Amino acid sequence: MPSTAGSTTPTGMTPRPDRGGPVRPGAAGGRADAEPVPGDADRARHRAGGAEGGGQRPGRIKRFSRAERMVHRATGLLMLVCLVSAACLYLGPLAVLVGRRHLMVTVHEWSGISLPLPFLLGLLSAEFRADLRRLNRFAPYDREWLRAARHRLRGPQARPAGKFNAGQKLYAGWLAGAVVVMAFTGLLMWFLGLLPAISRTSAIFVHDLLAWAIVIVLLGHVRKAFEDPETRLGMRTGYVSRTWAQRHHSRWLGEEHETGGDDRADRADRADRS
Amino acid sequence: MAGPEKRRAEGAPVGRRAMLGMLGAGAAGIAAAPYLQRGWESVLGAASQADPTGLTGLLPNPGGFRYYSVVGSVPRKDETTYRLRVRGLVKRPTTYTLADLRAMPQTRVVHDVLCTDGWRVERTPFEGVRLSEILDAAGVRSPGAAVHFTCFDGAYTESLTLEQARRSDVLIALKMQDAPVSHAHGGPVRLYVAPMYFYKSAKWLSGISVTDTVVPGYWEERGYAVDGWLDDADRHDAAA
Repeated sequence: MPSTAGSTTPTGMTPRPDRGGPVRPGAAGGRADAEPVPGDADRARHRAGGAEGGGQRPGRIKRFSRAERMVHRATGLLMLVCLVSAACLYLGPLAVLVGRRHLMVTVHEWSGISLPLPFLLGLLSAEFRADLRRLNRFAPYDREWLRAARHRLRGPQARPAGKFNAGQKLYAGWLAGAVVVMAFTGLLMWFLGLLPAISRTSAIFVHDLLAWAIVIVLLGHVRKAFEDPETRLGMRTGYVSRTWAQRHHSRWLGEEHETGGDDRADRADRADRS
Repeated sequence: MAGPEKRRAEGAPVGRRAMLGMLGAGAAGIAAAPYLQRGWESVLGAASQADPTGLTGLLPNPGGFRYYSVVGSVPRKDETTYRLRVRGLVKRPTTYTLADLRAMPQTRVVHDVLCTDGWRVERTPFEGVRLSEILDAAGVRSPGAAVHFTCFDGAYTESLTLEQARRSDVLIALKMQDAPVSHAHGGPVRLYVAPMYFYKSAKWLSGISVTDTVVPGYWEERGYAVDGWLDDADRHDAAA
């Protein structure tokens, strides 16, 4: 993966050594992107980015660990295979073009049932679990974000967010439920007579309708990613720029700082809650 | 742990609620599906009649047939190239051309078509030669007890017991919906087994072989029931 460190560094930022270990608070003197308390912000950055240790990059903030990025990549890939095979089974012209129904059914079944696997493996990662907690909990400003979204207010001031915004939280929770429903109805179609009380027709009806809902929601997810190159960069490299984080996730860095205390307490806290 | 230094209130577990809400909606959907589906089908059936874009065909159960094939591409056969071969435990192995089949007495059967994948096409007319006529013409000899079907797509197979094959509503179909069976629907000649799920009605039929036991067909080797009776089928052919 090419290093993108510094590519979106605000002008005037002093370059730092890439492998300098933990950044000392207060070492940010002379930077042009003014922050109220440079030392505090640096500590926040250290916490937000220090999880893997030694991965500090100039002006960049750690957003996703390697494990999280792998979970995302694997899930995305499985979802794509699942959707493409579904389209070959379901859409008339594609079905005529591709045929090979049994092969497509097999690909669809196995990609679909494997969809939760990256997630389950991800649970081994403390960072992944920590982000799941962040996705789960709604802060007061998340309701503000939703109100802004409802009134079509754009702009970061109108939409405060922690590490994840309210939309991302709802998306994650909804999709998790949707995948479970799809897997359940899919298994009913796969293994005939698994639950005789539920007819195959009913399972298929729910599976088909929910599939369209998922397609629409995923298109929204992909569109959001396409609209913002830096959010893609964050998922690809794990790092985002400080300016981006402050602009789109205004409460993130502050929160990571607040919860901490000192480093040791932070780590104990993580271990305790995981 | 809830130390006072942990100032970040946990907040409502909205993510979990979204997930559980979706699970609940899924369960409700499954419970309500039999009722919803009927309404859905009638609405979509009406809508698709007046839909020039064909977009309603993408929705669940839009009415109408869906294209299924187990191979990548299927050769096309017409009057000059099509042959139906009757072989196996018969006294007179026979090969029919399309013209031969058209010259035989034609029977029309109107029945609902049901796929195991949930779609249904109501009151669909099929027309063609009764399979029993073909079998009688060839003369089944002992110990013939079942019929195996092969298709010119090169992969699909099907099977029936001799008793099932002799039913009056089992056709070597030349017409579907009062028009020659199109290539996409298994033309020029397909099997139509009215009282069973539609996977029993093999498309692109090219071979009929009388066997002593039932040889499971393509999907039957992959978990489908060998006897694909519809739930409401009269299994003893009172109509015969």
